[in-house]
Amino acid sequence: MSAVRRTRGRTLEFKDVHDGGGPLLAVEDLHTAFRTTRGTVRAVDGVSFELQAGTTLGIVGESGSGKTVLSRSIMGLLPPHDVLRSGTVHFAGHELTAMKPSELRQVWGAELSMIFQDPMTALNPVKRIGKQITESLLLHLDMDKKEAASTAVELLRSVGIPSPEERVRWYPFQLSGGMRQRVMIAIALACAPRLVLADEPTTGLDVTVQAQILDLLGDLQRERHMAVILVTHDLGVVASRADEIIVMYAGRIVERAPADTLFHDTHMPYTKALMESIPRLADPAGTRLTAIPGRPPDLIHPPKGCRFAPRCPYAQTKCLEAEPPLRTAGSPDHLFACWFPLVNGVSTAPAPVAGNGAAATTLPDGPGDTATATAQAASGGTDAAAPGSGDGPTAGGETEAEA
Amino acid sequence: MPDDRELASTHAADQLLGDRFPGMAATDELVVSRQSEALDSDDILLRRPLGILFWLALAWVAVVALAAIFANVLPLHNPNFQNYNAINQGPSFHYLLGTDDLGRDLLSRLVFGARVSLIVGFVSVAIGMAVGGTGGLVSGYLGGAVDGSLNALSFVILAYPAIVAVIAIVAFWGQSLWKITIIIGVGTIPLLFRVVRASSLSFANRDFVIAAKTMGATTPRILFREILPNVVPVALTFGLITVAGVIVIEGSLAFLGLSVKLPTPSWGNLISEGTSNGNISINPLILLWPSLCMFLLLLSINLIGDRLRQRFDIREGLL
Amino acid sequence: MGKYFLRRSIQLVVVAFIISILAFLLVHLLPGDPSVTILGPNDTAQNRAILLKQLGLNKPLWQQYTTWLTAVFHGNLGQSYLNHESVVHILATGFPIDLELIVISQIIAFAVAIPLALFTSRRPNRPVDNVATTGTFGLLALPPFVIAPILVAVFAVGLNWFPATGFVPLTQDPWANLQHMILPSVAITFGSIAVYYRLLRSDLISTLQQDFITMARSKGLSNRRIMWRHAFRPSTFSLLAAAGVNIGGLIAGTFIVEYLFALSGIGFSLVQAVNQRDYLVVQGISLVVALAYVILQFIVDFLFTVVDPRVSRG
Ligand SMILES: Nc1ncnc2c1ncn2[C@@H]1O[C@H](COP(=O)(O)OP(=O)(O)OP(=O)(O)O)[C@@H](O)[C@H]1O
Ligand code: SF4
Ligand SMILES: [Mg+2]
Repeated sequence: MSAVRRTRGRTLEFKDVHDGGGPLLAVEDLHTAFRTTRGTVRAVDGVSFELQAGTTLGIVGESGSGKTVLSRSIMGLLPPHDVLRSGTVHFAGHELTAMKPSELRQVWGAELSMIFQDPMTALNPVKRIGKQITESLLLHLDMDKKEAASTAVELLRSVGIPSPEERVRWYPFQLSGGMRQRVMIAIALACAPRLVLADEPTTGLDVTVQAQILDLLGDLQRERHMAVILVTHDLGVVASRADEIIVMYAGRIVERAPADTLFHDTHMPYTKALMESIPRLADPAGTRLTAIPGRPPDLIHPPKGCRFAPRCPYAQTKCLEAEPPLRTAGSPDHLFACWFPLVNGVSTAPAPVAGNGAAATTLPDGPGDTATATAQAASGGTDAAAPGSGDGPTAGGETEAEA
Repeated sequence: MPDDRELASTHAADQLLGDRFPGMAATDELVVSRQSEALDSDDILLRRPLGILFWLALAWVAVVALAAIFANVLPLHNPNFQNYNAINQGPSFHYLLGTDDLGRDLLSRLVFGARVSLIVGFVSVAIGMAVGGTGGLVSGYLGGAVDGSLNALSFVILAYPAIVAVIAIVAFWGQSLWKITIIIGVGTIPLLFRVVRASSLSFANRDFVIAAKTMGATTPRILFREILPNVVPVALTFGLITVAGVIVIEGSLAFLGLSVKLPTPSWGNLISEGTSNGNISINPLILLWPSLCMFLLLLSINLIGDRLRQRFDIREGLL
Repeated sequence: MGKYFLRRSIQLVVVAFIISILAFLLVHLLPGDPSVTILGPNDTAQNRAILLKQLGLNKPLWQQYTTWLTAVFHGNLGQSYLNHESVVHILATGFPIDLELIVISQIIAFAVAIPLALFTSRRPNRPVDNVATTGTFGLLALPPFVIAPILVAVFAVGLNWFPATGFVPLTQDPWANLQHMILPSVAITFGSIAVYYRLLRSDLISTLQQDFITMARSKGLSNRRIMWRHAFRPSTFSLLAAAGVNIGGLIAGTFIVEYLFALSGIGFSLVQAVNQRDYLVVQGISLVVALAYVILQFIVDFLFTVVDPRVSRG
């Protein structure tokens, strides 16, 4: 895409990511909590990371681990009340966390945009899709209505929607799920943002469409030199697509590494458990992650030590007492939070605490969950080698060693 | 490449389209939505305490009800006794709220008038609920052609200016309290039928009902054990709103002298008396007291209804 | 789209037919004898029989119905037994008054309710919202027969700002007309304000929790734009439905203010006719009023398709 003309009403200037040095996005010690009648829910609890321009970061975690809240906290797109946020977010030379709402609105949609999880509910049902695209064009770019209209058509074409001239006049309900997600991508990319936050962009879609949409996003990213944060609960989705991966658990980063490293040298037992639960192509669309026995902890009263300890097969007394810090060992870009990290797929814990692994499988949720877990474990040895589309790094060796 | 003909229709559209007569959306809107998602901020707000206003409202309804019930026993003047030596008096120890232009005690007229409003309000809705509510419960659950025609019929009846029917029947049958109550009660049947039916219908295909069905529960058992408990909150809440509505109708009739026969006091005709013959400028108290009581009663009933609605987590429907 | 309107039109005809039967039956199944009304209670049985025959009231019901319906189709709704005024004439003089009352009161209601709801729904259950919401309960508790006398007492008798009664046609003196119509219109607007506000507010609150609103925020749109362009339209379903029912009810439901302010609208004419057992007038007016009600609901249904394209194209 050629140079973008921004509207004159802007009061903010954004540094060109190429010569500024430094990362495009720097998140430091971000905390987000919700005040509820039951107590304060610490959904994001001290997250820091950096992201270079044009690269892809995968954020992975179970349902409820705080991925959505994290991505919305980065944008500053949180509910207007009963929210506590601290920490800083620097983006393209500006501190987003210090911006007034009116300044944030110049960033949103223009420099930083979001693709939502469910295209069914995230598009306005009573507005033509063309309007939903031109809206941000007219707001952020120096365009007149005609220009915006033809740009919208081009955008729809570029996301692979056939006969876009007609489709601009359609309503979301007239499109299939996959097409809607394409429209959403078109909206998010309309103003050529530097960073796109894609929050589970394919969870509601069936597997073949998932791959199409992700590939499309990847192509557009390369074309436009955007950075992408790809949020998902499925490691298989980010395996081949992300440069770096962050694994979240209970509002915290538990492991962070370049994608290859993460798959080949997993340190966190939780990451490993996630790998073993990568959905197979054969699973029906929208299958939720159920493979790890037990439940994520209560975010109002998180456990004192390692938050994963109640479900960790290697947990030791130390794990229950002190929280492991996010640290490195060996390579400087591989961080993990575990007292007894896995090395070559084998735990460094002195001896598995008797019964904890078993206890984990019989934890709160009763027979249903145990059965699922057992089934997953049984099939894990043979299938785990094929995450997602199959071209990701294999996790099979480790799985077999463990099984 | 996505298929050109990939067209999706949504459930929402199906529901909106649903085979209904115009305007039916109005009451069908009143369906229960229970949201348990933690992400829902309403979750935080809906469980708040009932609040002081609720208890004040309840207290006022209780006071009015007790006064109405014990009107005969209370040490009050005869509401129709005209004391020509005490015309248009202000409040005094003898006449706590003063007297009207015919020297009648305003307090006792007010207390006896309360009877009319309350009896008509609550008893007629009870009648309507017994017939229309039960009918709606069964009809909504069973569905089918009978249900469809009953629903259509109730809609058409609601189009007819009900006040005409009420006035006409009252005029022919007699202006007694109980007759008026029954007539208005019958008048509320189609309305309550529609609301309860819509609610019952919305539960008819829920998982728990289907589960009960597959386990071999009989229809009456499903109706009373599964559907009824879920419909009661809607029925109760809407019933209260209807009580307020009925009190307004009775008041309007009374205002025109078409409710209970004069000189039996009723708040509507007390207000009417306060308005006439220059009473407004000479003795505004005649108008003030019944207006105030009526205002507070309607306010209280509506507040109670709304707090219940919040408690039961029912979306705001339509009166 | 075409199919949608065809189906609706067929329904309209069916409903209209049922309503005509209803309007007819109610009046004719009532006990009581119109000859008593016309001739007084002391006339001879013979005279009564003659009169009933003249009026066609001795024929079987279905014959009376078809005769009446045929006349209706020819634009003849009959005339009053009492003063021989034609029903069409009563409607023609009364309807403009009701229309004006409805238009003024609804403009006030929407002008108050919509901005208020847009404002409070953004911060539900905050002080401002609580005051406004409780306040609307106050409005709801002021039906016309309570508030109208108070308005008269304060603004007409007390302050003498507006005339207490009477009517001046719009065509004759628009300013005087408005002065006469303000108080009665205000008296019937309270309930509308309360209902519209509460429904719109509650729908807006649930709309504002939708993903597409967060999506609109993520585009950088201003709050104002989000409220008006994204949240308002999908939140108007209950409001529209309520407005349809409410306005429909007002067509013949303004009899209290018509009585109090001495306006000769349809509502009070109808009440009077019922009270005087003026059969044909009751029958004719109630038919027209019920039809107007139904047509209004069809208009509302059409508006649904405008508000949400899914309704007609699903
Ligand atoms: N507005 C809110 N009020 C209270 N709690 C909230 C709110 N938003 C999120 N939470 C809580 O924060 C936690 C993290 O939620 P989040 O939606 O970020 O999870 P997620 O990782 O995106 O999960 P999923 O895969 O289901 O999308 C959850 O426990 C959730 O209940
Ligand atoms: S080994 Fe200990 S620190 Fe590491 S994940 Fe398990 S419980 Fe946590
Ligand atoms: Mg999420």
